[in-house]
Amino acid sequence: MSDTAHTAHASAGASPARRRPLNLAYLGLLPSWLIMGFALLLPILIVAAVSVSTRGAYGGFEWGFDLTGYSQILFNEGWEGEMEFTPQYLIIILRTIVLAALTTLLCLVLAVPVSYFIAQQSSSRKALLVYLVTLPFWMSLILRVYAWMIILGKDGPLPRFLEVFGAPSGLSLMYNDGATLAAMVYTYIPLMVLPVFASIEKLDGTLIEAAHDLYGNRWVTLRRVILPLTAPGIISGAILVFVPALGAVLEPILMGGGKQMMMGSLIQLQFGGGRNWPFGSAIAVMLLVFVMIVLIILALRAARKEAAA
Amino acid sequence: MSQQNAVEVIDVSKNFGVFQALRSVSFDIQENEFFTMLGPSGCGKTTLLRMMAGFETPDTGSLRLQDRDIVDIPPHKRRVNTVFQSYALFPHMSLEQNVAFGLENLGWDKARIKARVGEMLERVHMDQFAKRKPAQLSGGQRQRVALARALAPEPQVLLLDEPLSALDLKLRQAMRDELRSLQRDTGITFVFVTHDQEEALDMSDRIAVLGSGEVQQIGTPSQIYEEPVNRFVADFVGETNFFDVDVLEANDNKAKVRTPFGQVIEIPAPVDVSRGKATLSIRPEKLNLGDQVQGIDFTAEVRHKHYLGGYTHYVLDAGGTEIRASRRNASREGDTISVGSQVHVGFVQNSARVLAS
Repeated sequence: MSDTAHTAHASAGASPARRRPLNLAYLGLLPSWLIMGFALLLPILIVAAVSVSTRGAYGGFEWGFDLTGYSQILFNEGWEGEMEFTPQYLIIILRTIVLAALTTLLCLVLAVPVSYFIAQQSSSRKALLVYLVTLPFWMSLILRVYAWMIILGKDGPLPRFLEVFGAPSGLSLMYNDGATLAAMVYTYIPLMVLPVFASIEKLDGTLIEAAHDLYGNRWVTLRRVILPLTAPGIISGAILVFVPALGAVLEPILMGGGKQMMMGSLIQLQFGGGRNWPFGSAIAVMLLVFVMIVLIILALRAARKEAAA
Repeated sequence: MSQQNAVEVIDVSKNFGVFQALRSVSFDIQENEFFTMLGPSGCGKTTLLRMMAGFETPDTGSLRLQDRDIVDIPPHKRRVNTVFQSYALFPHMSLEQNVAFGLENLGWDKARIKARVGEMLERVHMDQFAKRKPAQLSGGQRQRVALARALAPEPQVLLLDEPLSALDLKLRQAMRDELRSLQRDTGITFVFVTHDQEEALDMSDRIAVLGSGEVQQIGTPSQIYEEPVNRFVADFVGETNFFDVDVLEANDNKAKVRTPFGQVIEIPAPVDVSRGKATLSIRPEKLNLGDQVQGIDFTAEVRHKHYLGGYTHYVLDAGGTEIRASRRNASREGDTISVGSQVHVGFVQNSARVLAS
């Protein structure tokens, strides 16, 4: 290629000819820029713009600059225009963060032994087990959540099973935070297992043997060798679970019965029944900024570790 | 027996599926000994070492460490440390953290750990790198740290799994001296696994030659080299020439044989040699060529010649049998034998050995 470029350059006798193929190569990135621009950046900009607009009288919004959407997160405007502190949305936000964090933690606790088990299997069984882990993704989320409603609901398999151990008959485990959490963990656990499995599989088995050889019991080996060396996989798994869990809508509504409002359903409500698009957009932007801050902190920590190694 | 055994391997067998890795192997390793398990890959030497460390369990038989049965004791409760072939240094810990790891798990107090880590890193000349991570070291340096880490807890036995195989030639030579002096200074029993016969001969007090899951011979390096008990050992350790011979009479570590060249001679033989067909083994350097010939004498044609500076190797054809001979180039005029010429070949009787076929 450099050969032909050279002869072309010689015959043309102009020096810029050398740079031309490079410029053309950048054109090849155009589709990805278009997708990033129209599918990612533009919607975020629109949401950001709506968040600082004025609420329309009959829903929707009117262009303008108005920070009411943001102030509504913490303050309520009284009859005479005075600002009153209202913690109700803050409580929803904190509850959402706690639920997402609990989901992440439970996913981690379950995913580490599962990944460890899969990593120790023969390569053909490994492939099968990884496939099984991803299997739920092939089904619609709504169907999977409905399945959980049947399992936990009145006369469902789990309450019936508990009746054997003396639980009252007709028990329902549905419509509470625990049910929401169960469905959330179930939904997001593959996103934790896959990166954790990948990092455990890469782990050199002789390091575990060396830890045992140097008088480390299982717990010491897990805490001082396995966990530190699989930290990158655990961190990416935690991000993959925590971020979508923050915005979960379906599980809190279907499993929690909508009794406990979460950030995702709060945002949805503002675009629907609440008819307050600027407020909904403001919460969405806040969520986005929060996630970005978490990711930046994690990325900086990873970079620092890399530099130290 | 006055000396206590560090390790006793008693009738150990192990199968991996249909593959018989070890077939009722028994031997003792003495206290303060540099003991080497030598053999080709797949001979079972690494399996045995991993059993001593606790990473494998025997199907039948038992292992004793200082008179205590260890088969059911997990690796982290055995006072045995391993130097792994790949070193297995913890990549996320500094060198001093690596060396301290075993001591912390043993519950030593901080001051004692600090002193011991410093002492061990100094012993392997790595004290100036204490704060570095393993990735910042060369192969030879990692090797030293792995040694320091395994020796720091003062194990009853140190297991070394082909620790020199990943190093280049010069470094390997230097590490041999280092290992030998470490063993002498610490007085710790070393169990060394290798497929490199030169390493084994150079460093060991005793060598166990393993082949196809069985102990072929145990002895000092010179016993293994000069008095092999069978074809496998003679062939695997060093180079040798084999001739078919007829044993006319065998008794008392001697056998009267008829060589393919017609002579009837009496030469050393292990006890399992009896009348009939047998093999005569003679090392290349024990064959005399040309005018130096003494003892048993026959003629051969020179096929190839490999001049290697200090030595010249010859490939000879003696009536259809290929023979390898080597001669030290003691003087500049020494090498007068040319390819294609006929030479006299000879050897003295007690430098050869008769082995069962």
